[in-house]
Amino acid sequence: MDGVEELYRLSKLDKALEDPNVGHIVINLNKILDKRLIPGLEIDARELEDGIDARITVREGTVIEKPVHLCFGVTHEKAVQRIKTEVEIQENAEVLFLAHCIFPNAVDVTHIMDARITVGENAKYTYLEKHIHGEYGGTKVYPKARVELGKNSRFKTEFELLSGRVGLIEIDYETVCREESVMEMTSKVSGRGNDIIRISEVGHLVGEHARGVLTSRVAVRENAKAEVHNKLNATAAYARGHVDCKEIIQDNGIATAIPIVQVSHPKAHITHEASIGSVDTKQLETLMARGLTEDEAVELIIEGLLS
Amino acid sequence: MGILETRNLGIEFNGKKILDDVNIDLWEGHVHAIVGPNGAGKSTLAYTIMGLGGYRNISGDILFQGESIKDLRIDERARRGMTLGWQEPARYEGLSIEKFVTAAVEDKSHKKIREVLGKAGLNPNLYLKRAVDRTLSGGERKKIELASILALKPKLVMLDEPDSGIDVASLRNIFDAIKLLKENGSTVVLITHSLEVLNQAEHAFLMCCGKIVEQGKIEKIRKYFEKKCIPCTHENIPDLNGGA
Ligand SMILES: Nc1ncnc2c1ncn2[C@@H]1O[C@H](COP(=O)(O)OP(=O)(O)O)[C@@H](O)[C@H]1O
Ligand SMILES: [Mg+2]
Repeated sequence: MDGVEELYRLSKLDKALEDPNVGHIVINLNKILDKRLIPGLEIDARELEDGIDARITVREGTVIEKPVHLCFGVTHEKAVQRIKTEVEIQENAEVLFLAHCIFPNAVDVTHIMDARITVGENAKYTYLEKHIHGEYGGTKVYPKARVELGKNSRFKTEFELLSGRVGLIEIDYETVCREESVMEMTSKVSGRGNDIIRISEVGHLVGEHARGVLTSRVAVRENAKAEVHNKLNATAAYARGHVDCKEIIQDNGIATAIPIVQVSHPKAHITHEASIGSVDTKQLETLMARGLTEDEAVELIIEGLLS
Repeated sequence: MGILETRNLGIEFNGKKILDDVNIDLWEGHVHAIVGPNGAGKSTLAYTIMGLGGYRNISGDILFQGESIKDLRIDERARRGMTLGWQEPARYEGLSIEKFVTAAVEDKSHKKIREVLGKAGLNPNLYLKRAVDRTLSGGERKKIELASILALKPKLVMLDEPDSGIDVASLRNIFDAIKLLKENGSTVVLITHSLEVLNQAEHAFLMCCGKIVEQGKIEKIRKYFEKKCIPCTHENIPDLNGGA
């Protein structure tokens, strides 16, 4: 058993990968199980003792229509997986990467992602990271990315836990935005039990007219803890940015929001909003007045918030 | 005995009686109105009947289908068949209209959602995929709330100011939906200070200073609107046609 079937089933990838125009790579722990390249997409991956070292390149001017699937799975109960990637989206290229991070049986699984990403001039890069975890809470996830955006490029990333327990998630993303580039970094995580969520998203708007939005949506229930550090730093004229953090706490959950906005050019402008609180009473009572229990109502409200 | 009855219902806030010995009896399958000036206690009466947080420390009793419900939670009351439409419906983030409307109903099919949105006066094609969030106007959210109530087919529904935030053209939709609720067998309570809404009812209660001061056929209650006077000791004679 190399776990490929389980990974395909959980990520619902079977269908998507039937299409010969869809590029992908499927990894279980440190083994490359499957890979398909398409014109303009290069994946040069090497198996390491505890993970994978991959260089991923989208060639200049290549527009890849369909999402490229990256499946980073660990079907083992105990393991450490280290993924090192260098991603280069060259000038005028466009691509969407859908990363499926699947740790369904984790009792003690650590997943460390260390990505260096460069997005060339006028290029567009979307990176959606979707996690499927097991129910034991035995996952420790450390996604780290350092991103450089070229002139007039676009970068959008979204981190989302689709199912299962968080365990520990420590997101550490930092992006440097050159002139006229646009950056959107979003994380959506819901924790319960003893889950710990730490999010650090930093954007440096260093080019004129660079724009950036950092968005966090977090819910903590039971004894879960969340800490969100969002920092936007604008040093160039006409740079625009917004930090938006919303956290819901229930039970004994603890949430912290630390938005930092720093502006060192008089023609730059950054705003922020952060709110932490329990579920809104009227939202809750409306759904309860339709017959949902309090728990069902909270579930639906949080599901909406994280959708 | 009607579907819902309050017996000497009272509630106080900061030592002040907001509901004072309220006795109402709602006839099953009828459309009732509760009218009265701002601050009369109309919304408080509805919240108390629904059992909202902060409105549970009551004196007297509330009977639904002959049984006391005063110790039941909101959702337990709802599952017995009663519900409430807010004057200002809640805003959510990200919650789709589709999910909201069918949250508590078995039939979650698109056909059903389209049907109830249409009946509440909304074009399903424009609303199905949107969220019940701040991008919707107050009037739109009210129609969506009404759609969710139509989907629910409650035994008893209390609608707090069903016309507030609704434009003149859409008022017809709201009134049609109220008729439909009645046709489906719901007992309807319209909380209002509008003559037009009062006219949709068959029976009305006049409320002032936390008390029911008059009740009967709407012709009888309507004259208090026309004369702008109410039969109580309320020193500040309210304008029943105006205000928010
Ligand atoms: N939770 C509360 N705490 C304190 N006062 C309240 C509360 N709810 C209602 N009231 C007071 O009770 C009175 C009646 O309010 P309400 O029921 O909203 O009137 P109506 O709906 O008839 O306009 C008002 O004076 C209002 O301020
Ligand atoms: Mg009111």
